[in-house]
Amino acid sequence: MKWVKVTLRIGVVSLVIASFFFLQRLVMPKYVNGIVEGSLIETYYEEEGNHDVIFVGDCEVYECFSPVALWEEYGIPSFIRGSAQQLIWQSYYLMEETLRYEKPEVFIFNVLAMKYNEPQKEAYNRLTLDGMRLSSAKIKSIKASMMEDENMIDYIIPLFRYHSRWSELSFDDFRYFFNKKKLFHNGYYMRVDVRPVTTFPQGKKLPDYSFGDNAWGYLEKMKKLCDNNDIDLMLIKAPAIYPYWYDEWDEQIREYADSNDLIYLNFLDLIEETGIDYNTDTYDTGLHMNLSGAEKLSRYLGPILREKYGVPDRRNDAELSRIWEDKTTFYYEMKAAQETELAGK
Amino acid sequence: MLFTSYEFWGFIACLFLLYYLIPRKYQWVMLLAASYIFYFLAHPTYLIYISVTTMTTFYAAMRIGQLLNVQKAHLEINKETFSKEEKQGYKSSVRKKQRKWFIACLLINFGILAFLKYTNFTIANINSLLSVLGTGERLTFMNVILPMGISFYTFQAMGYLIDVYQGKIKPEKSIFRFALFVSFFPQLVQGPISRFNDLSATLYEEHRFDFKEVSYGFQRILWGLFKKLVIADRILVAVNTIIKEPDEYNGVFVFVGMMFYAIQLYADFTGGIDITIGIAEVLGIRIKENFNAPFLAKNITDYWRRWHITMGTWFRDYLFYPLSVSGPILNLSRWSRRRLGDGLGRKIPVYLTTLIVWFATGLWHGSSWNFIAWGLTNGIVIIISQAFEPLYARFHNKFPVKGKPLYSAFEVIRTVLLMSAIRMFDCYRDVPLTFRMFGSMFTTGNFSALFDREVMKLGLSGADYIVLAAATVILIASGIRRKEGSMRDRLEKIPARRRYLMIYLLGVIILLFGAYGVGYDATQFIYNQF
Repeated sequence: MKWVKVTLRIGVVSLVIASFFFLQRLVMPKYVNGIVEGSLIETYYEEEGNHDVIFVGDCEVYECFSPVALWEEYGIPSFIRGSAQQLIWQSYYLMEETLRYEKPEVFIFNVLAMKYNEPQKEAYNRLTLDGMRLSSAKIKSIKASMMEDENMIDYIIPLFRYHSRWSELSFDDFRYFFNKKKLFHNGYYMRVDVRPVTTFPQGKKLPDYSFGDNAWGYLEKMKKLCDNNDIDLMLIKAPAIYPYWYDEWDEQIREYADSNDLIYLNFLDLIEETGIDYNTDTYDTGLHMNLSGAEKLSRYLGPILREKYGVPDRRNDAELSRIWEDKTTFYYEMKAAQETELAGK
Repeated sequence: MLFTSYEFWGFIACLFLLYYLIPRKYQWVMLLAASYIFYFLAHPTYLIYISVTTMTTFYAAMRIGQLLNVQKAHLEINKETFSKEEKQGYKSSVRKKQRKWFIACLLINFGILAFLKYTNFTIANINSLLSVLGTGERLTFMNVILPMGISFYTFQAMGYLIDVYQGKIKPEKSIFRFALFVSFFPQLVQGPISRFNDLSATLYEEHRFDFKEVSYGFQRILWGLFKKLVIADRILVAVNTIIKEPDEYNGVFVFVGMMFYAIQLYADFTGGIDITIGIAEVLGIRIKENFNAPFLAKNITDYWRRWHITMGTWFRDYLFYPLSVSGPILNLSRWSRRRLGDGLGRKIPVYLTTLIVWFATGLWHGSSWNFIAWGLTNGIVIIISQAFEPLYARFHNKFPVKGKPLYSAFEVIRTVLLMSAIRMFDCYRDVPLTFRMFGSMFTTGNFSALFDREVMKLGLSGADYIVLAAATVILIASGIRRKEGSMRDRLEKIPARRRYLMIYLLGVIILLFGAYGVGYDATQFIYNQF
């Protein structure tokens, strides 16, 4: 009966390990209410079908472009791999990780993250890194993102980080233990409310406008990664009026784009062309676009992707069409729900 | 590397695997390497000090041992020819030579300890004196690094030297084996102070993987982590809040702080020792116990027999006893008996020796007047309790309450309160402030603050208090039940399924309720600084 004993022991050990996983799952923040941005990164792994365009960057991408608008109008399947204050190396490693799953035609990087040359805050790191699946890219991203007092193992085994949440556990932690409610589609964070811009901020004078070496290094890595995989890299700056985007910064990016044959679109300079109206197209006085703004930007971007990068119209692909039909339905249902909620206020 | 850091446990895991994989005869070599790596990682310069202590002590002990061997051989050869006087003369000349080595080694090692630990304290006192004298002169403080656990390993090494000098043990022949005795890393952090005879019995042995022993060690580690992470590091927040704001937190808060600190210190120190003993057990090595439920002590002498036992016995064996029979004390004894009679005259030298020993104990704990005051207060309380013994005896003759449960409880509570009050010297920044805060417990009438939400402002939430209360109850209950044998032996007797479930639950409690990781300020063990 030795084999029975061995099987039993293996079973017990597995149970213990499983129980720690359960415990971890329980105490990890669910990000379904309040700071929902923490759920953005993990949604990528639920995706069906490939994407021709992948956006990477911070809130200026996940709130400023609508993948459904790009699909509906141009048949371009896209996904946004962005989260709050996503640092450039986090975007780079997300690009690297993306290539494990698919090979897009274009990566679009929002350049605001160039302003950060070193890790900023653990809480923001978490929003990006906790959602990533364990991979070498994740390990490298953690290494690059850790603050001085942080430890790699806290990211790999988040139970060590979140164990203190035992006293804050809420009904949501149990309710969304197995399945979270769907909050996003294709990494886009929809907001239909409007809060117009009242004042245009002026940037404070900086002692030095040069981007840091680390940031440049990762931009260069992004370019190399794209070159090596025969993917186009496009640089953009969303039309958010805050954080302030300095002319000196813009010049550096423009120079880099020119010298590397990259397209760089600063949407702050394309207000007329895109039709952005800061009275109607932002939900937080110009920091982020609302749905209207995001659709306008996507409509402007679509033809550029088509003409400059040859991204095809995939609406004839039956399988993709079926997938996107579901997404579109979800999109309009969410839009309607938000409008109803707003009307009720 | 903190005992509670991931790096430390990674280090232990690697060592554990290699320890049982390599040929057994090299296990102690691996431990020596691991100990030096551990010390190097803490700070490379630490290695210089520990190496000097190791080499000087080894060499001095070896010379002392050789001289004894030479003496034995010489006396054996001249057994027939030497007269009694010649024998004594020869012995005395050898003893002189031995003493030279002995004193030189003590001076070097206690000198290093004194220089590193007390130079800046001395400078600060000289500067205060100069300031009182009104001179503008000031001495500059020195930039010295105090090596981790220097007081522990110095005392351990000097204990070995004294034992060799007194002929209790033979000197170790291999410097590497001796180096392991001095540097054995689990006890470098905060003791205990092992004796060579005790530790060497298992330190150099070859160890087969013994599931029961490893499991026992693992349980002990878990128990230590529970004390350290769930209790000590959680309650620390409240203790710090109280002691860092003495003007705001006075009166009843001083009492709360005093009791919280008593719990913190106990959980922290005994937790650390549990981890140390547990790690050693996992490696098949036995380390002497350092505690025996001290909070169940019925008087201060009993308390010191149960708290930090290895330090207490070190001071007893290597300072109190030699001092008691030293020339000056014997002279004082004769003088005081002549002048004050047999009763008080006999006690005076004992009291003086007690005070000297407690002064040294205080100084050993730290280079500040707080520790000296703490040590002397302990000594004074012990002397008072000894002086009042006849009075107690008369009381107990008249009222036979001794041994009754209620009176025993009173004795225990009295001792806990007394020891916690004396421990206040550890907490506040200086001695006058400690006295002021102690006084405020009786003069500030803010008792009602305990029942409003003021206690919630000490940095702990309601949930924290619940965890602390539950964990402290578990801690005390386990201590009380120690009388029935060790907790692990009792666990061993219950069915395996229940036993493993309990160990698993303890693990879950530590993982979930432990104060560790980001969001918690990882703290060193309190006794680490000594």
